[in-house]
Amino acid sequence: MTITLLFLAGLMGVVVWWLLRESTRVQPWAVQGPVPDVHTATLPRHAAKTALIVFLAVATSLFALFISAYAMRIRLLDWSPLPQPRLLMVNTAVLVLASLAMEWTAFAARRGDQDRVRAGLAAAGLLTVAFVAGQLVVWSQLAGAGYFVATSAATGFFYLLTAVHGLHVLGGLVAWMRPYARARSGRDADAARLRLGVELCAIYWHFLLAVWIVLLAVLVSKDLGLSICSTAVPL
Amino acid sequence: MPTYVAHDESDYAPPTEVAEVELYHPKTFLGKYVWSQDAKIIAIQYGVTAIGVGVIALVLSWLMRLQLAYPNQFSFIDPSNYLQFVSMHGMIMVVYLLTALFLGGFGNYLIPLMVGARDMVFPYVNMLSYWVYLFAVLLLVASFFVPGGPTGAGWTLYPPQAILDGTPGASWGIILMLVSLAFFIIGFTMGGLNYVVTVLQARTRGMTLMRMPLTIWGIFMATILALLAFPALFVSAIMMILDLTLGTSFFMPAIVSKGQALSHDGGSPILFQHLFWFFGHPEVYIVALPAFGIVSDLIAVHARKNIFGYRMMVWAIVAIGGLSFIVWAHHMYVSGMNPYFGFFFATTTLIIAIPTAIKVYNWVLTLWRGDIHLSVPMLFAIGFIFTFVIGGLTGLFLGNVVVDLPLSDTMFVVAHFHMVMAIAPILVVFGAIYHWYPKITGRMLHDGMGKFHFWITFVGSYAIYYPMHYLGFMGVPRRYYAVTGTNFIPDSAHSLNVAITIAALVVGAAQVVFLYNLVRSYYRGAPSGGNPWNATSLEWQTPHTPPEHGNFGKELPVVYRWAYDYSVPGVRHDFIPQNVPPSEVPSGSWAKP
Ligand code: HEM
Ligand SMILES: [Cu+2]
Repeated sequence: MTITLLFLAGLMGVVVWWLLRESTRVQPWAVQGPVPDVHTATLPRHAAKTALIVFLAVATSLFALFISAYAMRIRLLDWSPLPQPRLLMVNTAVLVLASLAMEWTAFAARRGDQDRVRAGLAAAGLLTVAFVAGQLVVWSQLAGAGYFVATSAATGFFYLLTAVHGLHVLGGLVAWMRPYARARSGRDADAARLRLGVELCAIYWHFLLAVWIVLLAVLVSKDLGLSICSTAVPL
Repeated sequence: MPTYVAHDESDYAPPTEVAEVELYHPKTFLGKYVWSQDAKIIAIQYGVTAIGVGVIALVLSWLMRLQLAYPNQFSFIDPSNYLQFVSMHGMIMVVYLLTALFLGGFGNYLIPLMVGARDMVFPYVNMLSYWVYLFAVLLLVASFFVPGGPTGAGWTLYPPQAILDGTPGASWGIILMLVSLAFFIIGFTMGGLNYVVTVLQARTRGMTLMRMPLTIWGIFMATILALLAFPALFVSAIMMILDLTLGTSFFMPAIVSKGQALSHDGGSPILFQHLFWFFGHPEVYIVALPAFGIVSDLIAVHARKNIFGYRMMVWAIVAIGGLSFIVWAHHMYVSGMNPYFGFFFATTTLIIAIPTAIKVYNWVLTLWRGDIHLSVPMLFAIGFIFTFVIGGLTGLFLGNVVVDLPLSDTMFVVAHFHMVMAIAPILVVFGAIYHWYPKITGRMLHDGMGKFHFWITFVGSYAIYYPMHYLGFMGVPRRYYAVTGTNFIPDSAHSLNVAITIAALVVGAAQVVFLYNLVRSYYRGAPSGGNPWNATSLEWQTPHTPPEHGNFGKELPVVYRWAYDYSVPGVRHDFIPQNVPPSEVPSGSWAKP
């Protein structure tokens, strides 16, 4: 639970800071004259972006809890380690590339370069599909070596954590279809929405990459002392 | 000295006239009332569904009470049924009634109206949220009809027993329960994103955060808690489903069931308890914080006074929300955990009493020398304060490890949590319905029936739960079909049980009067006008009652003041609505009626 608590403490820190800013030196009972007119210069963040950020907080809570459960369970001593699938590193590289492609696309979208947006989105999509496929191959390799979901606690967690992450990636691909369709149709009227869509996708992709790296660290890396994959039996 | 109104001044102020295209306009009857994207309709859908399942849970509580008072009299209640009733009653009341009603019902209705928005920011997602919730409810109800019936594992669903043969509903019921919870959480997350983003981004001009009515603060913070805490339940539901269906061992230790060694090995039941209570304790505040907020507003309106210590109230809500995440293991003192943990969690549990006590003092100080109108909503609000304080005090007992150990799993605990999280929030629900019903329907609820409903419910709940504390002291265990073959429970305990059951049936009957009042007043209630309570917040200032699609007509209101300008000296009326500019406040002096 420490992991979840750390995350929550951070989040509460943000809330308290925000509230301090909003509430100190404010006199709620004071009456105000007319509100100044719209400042176009300070348009607020788009509601969809705020919603995405809030959603990412929820998803972080979810992953933090999964990892907390894992970390608590690992203190019990009955782990029979898994082989460490080498393919995981390749998959990670693919996901990094997908994230980079998204960032590049977002950059192109900001400059209104429709052709590059289309290409970038296609590339990011393909790379992401490749990542998911790669994860499935890892699963089948493990299953081929006799490690099924219910074989041991370690396999259970391995499949569970990768599956939850994979489902989030698939969800991202569903969301990705909208900007992609918009980019394909190439209508100018859609440019602002396309830009927003690409930007949101990019944020989400970076988030998933970050989550994946944390997951990889706890599943594989010896340094944290939490890993269940052992290089003694490589796959 | 300059007055600082808000830091928002430099921030963005939305235009007052919102283009028509932003709202989705339904064209057909179905589109308007069934597949509606209007938060007000969705609120009513949530409310009606929640009250509907709530009635099921109420009937289950009567059955349990009948069994406890007259054991062996009812052939249709066997021990398995009893456990199933307990579990479904608890789960429905906590999650499907109170959470859904406060956040889905009141949240949807009040957030857009009170912050001066036309609707939630994502109406379509909002609609989906309701339908997913309804689906979860249907799954839950379906579990009554599957082979083996609903789960009887208690609302806490502790493994290993929840999924072992021999527990009622261990094959089908539990799966439906877990899947239903997972859907509930998904549906809630959709709604919750809406509530949070609407509060953050769709407030009207001048509605700075520090001018929001406390109702909104309560609902807002509760939503944040729910968004962060429900994932814990989701995680445990998923892992338990896997244990059950795929044979993994997340929670299941090596275990012998009915003489057979199962294939599970090495899982940790305690892990489940941690996850469950990591959700379970914040859940208490998910239903309490909206109640806190609503009560603050009811008291201010009906005592014609500004709320005492507005900023303190906001900070208390935030502090309680934050602290509620670090007390969960006070539900696990009997799980054999490290005594130092017990010490830590007892301390945090007691600390949370501080912001809570601040809130109680502030309510009382708001009432102090107020112009108190004992209207039905006010009665319920005052009833809440009493009930909540009593439940909170027994909570302080139970928060201490040494006191909790002997009382754990006795009727004392049942009495405690019913006082603090069942009766208290339900009283607020009633108060809020009496308060806002005129806005929702344009008609007043019948006052006499309302007062009858209040007194029976309030006095009746005390008749039910006060004696239950004594039963707990005597050691009467909870979740027991019948207590036989012991000599530490005297016969008088049995008479007490009969009395409690009679009180419970009377209270239940009073709810029928309430439901009748809801339906009757819809057709025959006295017309209320737009602002029957002379309240200041924006929902009472809409051009139409009930508010139309889009809430505020052509122009959104502009807000000049907080929601608590009651009885301001030197002003002709004893309230100034939030959208009245300083230049238009009629001077004079109001006479106390
Ligand atoms: C007048 C109304 C109510 C009556 C008469 C009533 C009665 C009962 C009874 C007899 C039990 C079982 C005790 C046992 O054998 O362990 C119970 C359990 C419970 N009730 Fe209520 N109840 C009422 C309202 C509520 C409400 C509004 C809530 C909402 C929070 C609620 C939440 C619970 C919970 C969480 C449990 C524990 C279930 C479990 O042990 O798994 N009840 N109630
Ligand atoms: Cu608790």
